[in-house]
Amino acid sequence: MLSGAVIKMLGTGILESLYMIFVSSLIAYVIGLPLGVLLVVTDKEGIAPFPALNKALGAIVNFVRSVPFIILLIAVMPFTRWLIGTTLGPSAVIPPLIIGSAPYIARLVESSLKEVDKGVIEAAQSMGASPMNIILKVLIPEAMPSLIIGAAIAVTTILSYSAMAGIVGGGGLGDIAIRYGYYRYQTGIMFVTVIILVLIVQLIQEVGERWMRRADKRL
Amino acid sequence: MGNGYPIVQLVGLGKVFQGKNNVVKALDNINLTINQGEIFGIIGLSGAGKSTLVRCINFLEKPTSGSVIFDGADLGALSERDLLRARQSMGMIFQQFNLLMQRNALQNICFPLEIAGIPKKEARQRAMELLEVVGLVDKAKAYPAQLSGGQKQRVAIARALATNPKVLLCDEATSALDPTTTRSILNLLREINQKLGITVIVITHEMSVIEEICHRVAIIDQSHIAELGEVEEVFVRPKSKIAKQLVFSGESHIDVFEGEYKCRIIFDGRTSFEPVIANMVLECKTPVNILFADTKDIDGKAFGQMVIQLPNDETGRKRIMNYLNVNGITYEEVKGDA
Repeated sequence: MLSGAVIKMLGTGILESLYMIFVSSLIAYVIGLPLGVLLVVTDKEGIAPFPALNKALGAIVNFVRSVPFIILLIAVMPFTRWLIGTTLGPSAVIPPLIIGSAPYIARLVESSLKEVDKGVIEAAQSMGASPMNIILKVLIPEAMPSLIIGAAIAVTTILSYSAMAGIVGGGGLGDIAIRYGYYRYQTGIMFVTVIILVLIVQLIQEVGERWMRRADKRL
Repeated sequence: MGNGYPIVQLVGLGKVFQGKNNVVKALDNINLTINQGEIFGIIGLSGAGKSTLVRCINFLEKPTSGSVIFDGADLGALSERDLLRARQSMGMIFQQFNLLMQRNALQNICFPLEIAGIPKKEARQRAMELLEVVGLVDKAKAYPAQLSGGQKQRVAIARALATNPKVLLCDEATSALDPTTTRSILNLLREINQKLGITVIVITHEMSVIEEICHRVAIIDQSHIAELGEVEEVFVRPKSKIAKQLVFSGESHIDVFEGEYKCRIIFDGRTSFEPVIANMVLECKTPVNILFADTKDIDGKAFGQMVIQLPNDETGRKRIMNYLNVNGITYEEVKGDA
């Protein structure tokens, strides 16, 4: 079963999956992190209240999050074709992954930042800190351990989304599992693929937790 | 002491919180002048509005009426930028210390300096000096989680002093600390006041804190200032009900003796050294029952008060009153509940 060709294919699948996860996570954070910060600071109890903007952002985030990823994957195909030039292969999965996970990341970031003690924020305000100072020097650094754990959860979610991309021929480990295991009844290959996915998730979680423990000065 | 120019003036200050279906008046027409160089106490029971009051002083809460004049500038008239700058001249410490948990002591003290745009090297140097002032040089690299409550408050004080503020606001700064640590923190505040000439405004619900370090005190009750004056004066002759309640808080148990004749004798620095009660009993040949006694150190002078039960016969009572009058001892009759 594990012939040279299969191993090579699995190797390519792993690399494709890692590529999708890495690029999508990075860009999704570039969008999701500021979005999460905005959700916190524009709250009516926040440091720069702007209830109208807060409500609008919240509604957009909820809307995108409520669309099942498999539907989103297909719905954004025209956009993907326009952007990447194709709807097949790992690169073509990256736009829907970003669109699907950025709002999720925004909510994760929001909940991490809301854990920061209000008293510490008040202390910063009493020193004449501007909202930008508070975001960069208080909210994000103080929430760092929680943000790291949130990132591990986000990356894991992106990995499981990327596996779904196999259905539309997106490449990566999910694609292999569906093509060989599901369409061709080669259970062995499906099994190995799933184990590799499990190991990757374990690794992400472990790295996240270790990094968090090192970063957290409260312990 | 409190003879400098007015550093903080509250003029007709009011704060109303708009609830969902009710309006809460937290502060109503507060007029207060705090002078440069004094230690000013603001005391009240919880919910009296004192926390709101201190937050109005640095505009963390915007007053809904009246104005706050800080060092000659009306805070309400300042631009956002100037207000942030003005806040750098007002340090503040808190009950829960509010240190940045992910920064060590030194970095915590550097924080306000970073906000003020001081170069890193200069900031670190200043932070080290301040650690020396608060006696924690050896804890520079320690994170808040590794420090005791008293040490955390010392770091918070150092942090509040970093930008050379004119005023230090203390919001229940000792309420989370044990009595010994409280005393050492209060001593540090007194030292800062004397050596650096920084005006200290102390918010507390504990009369002992006021007695220990304050020169003047304002008593807040139900959103108003109920009483204002020198600590000695308020302590010896409290006028308002709330002031009496705070000053005589230790003697609530004398309610048991309701209906009998009682009298509160107040000792100032002079009479503390004379055996007043013993002499009185000898001279009047009338025994008295001591219900309550307390001595306090206010600004280095011994102040005491004693509640005695007076004899039931009128002549004995008159004799005692006469003795107290002749000897110029301050006293007052106590009714039902003090």
